[in-house]
Amino acid sequence: MKEIVVIDYDIGNVDSVVSAIKILGYKPLLTNNKEIIYNAKKIIMPGQGSFDFGMKKINELGILETIQSKILNDKIPTLGICLGMHLLAKFGYENNVETRGLDCIDGKVKKIETGERLPHIGWSENYIKINDEITKDIKDKSDFYYAHSFYFDCEEKNVIANSIYGKKFPSIIKKNNIYGVQFHPEKSLKNGLKVLNNFLNI
Amino acid sequence: MQKIRIIPTILFNEENIVKGKKFESWRKVGSLYQAIKIYNLREVDELIFLDINSTRKGNIEYKLIDDFADECFMPLTIGGGIKNLENIEMLLRSGADKVCINTAAFNDRDFITQAIKVFGSQCIVVSIDYKKLNNDLIVFTNSGKFNTGTNLFKYLDEIIKLAPGEIMLTSIDHDGMMSGYDISNLKKINEKYSIPIIASGGAGNCEDFFKMIYETGIKAAAAASIYHFTEFTPLDVKKFLKKKKINVRI
Repeated sequence: MKEIVVIDYDIGNVDSVVSAIKILGYKPLLTNNKEIIYNAKKIIMPGQGSFDFGMKKINELGILETIQSKILNDKIPTLGICLGMHLLAKFGYENNVETRGLDCIDGKVKKIETGERLPHIGWSENYIKINDEITKDIKDKSDFYYAHSFYFDCEEKNVIANSIYGKKFPSIIKKNNIYGVQFHPEKSLKNGLKVLNNFLNI
Repeated sequence: MQKIRIIPTILFNEENIVKGKKFESWRKVGSLYQAIKIYNLREVDELIFLDINSTRKGNIEYKLIDDFADECFMPLTIGGGIKNLENIEMLLRSGADKVCINTAAFNDRDFITQAIKVFGSQCIVVSIDYKKLNNDLIVFTNSGKFNTGTNLFKYLDEIIKLAPGEIMLTSIDHDGMMSGYDISNLKKINEKYSIPIIASGGAGNCEDFFKMIYETGIKAAAAASIYHFTEFTPLDVKKFLKKKKINVRI
């Protein structure tokens, strides 16, 4: 199946995710249409920006339950990127409010509080903990591009890889059919496109 | 560990890349599309594109940006002529990851607050151009044409309170001169404020990057002239820095 549904919830740079999918030979469908999401075989949740704003948009578009049901009931392969990964959590705490997320992977999205300057913007190394389909052909300690101030504090068993910024945080997580990456694969040149391709090939 | 970022800045006017000295005497140095292809092949850390005419013309070239952004699988910052939230949304839709705001940030602080709230701080780079006048550092806007009369540190105090993602600092006196960054002032600023800073203006050889990074502690170095007028590529700069034990991505 070459069609990939990219959820469009009016937030951040979605264009580069779309063009990366095209370059890799798949057909991106950028949409917030309930029916198209309902028929999705694979979903990517892109995103940058704040947790509360992202959830607000998803609620306003009326697509929250459809997304949840595709991920949790139909168990289709899903990849959350940066904020898209954060929204898979139970709760987020951006802008000093507790916001309920999509609740697909246990955990909370918290601010990186280590004294390092925020946001964490730039290239950092990725330390692979568990070899998985998503890290196929990715060398340990490869660099990926990050742009975030918050991280997904999840259960250790869901962590595939970590990165470090003042402290260790999960860079790739997985639970069953659900993947999340803290970095931007669509902006991490060859290694990033490899990770994205690994997901598309699942 | 976070890597030091070496960022080519591309100043453009329509489909031409231009470069000047001290924000004046602009000359054409190449074509936009060709440069993007080259930088993509060279795997640069990040690119900053600034439309030098956009504020004056009053429009942003979304179509042009959309076309070249499709070729960029690295982080892309776009600046020039951004005045409102709609401009930012359109740029993000066109493929920008971050936007660089200069004149509008000075004129309308509330706009920056709103932009951070809607798009997240990681998306907002405030760019500040400054010049030394009578022993004082003064902020200039409108591509260096308008003297605001405001002291640089006073302005930084105000802007940093708003908590944008990054501050890009360009010394107009050093811009295009290729004789090194404004190290003493950059060092002062980096020590005073706890925000990611992109230093810009003055790099002419690899040693200039090393000196700036080593002496100021700043973790991102933007440059333009060196890549247009010398044989050095961003990769050459990074190889040089690596030899000097600076943590770069090769």
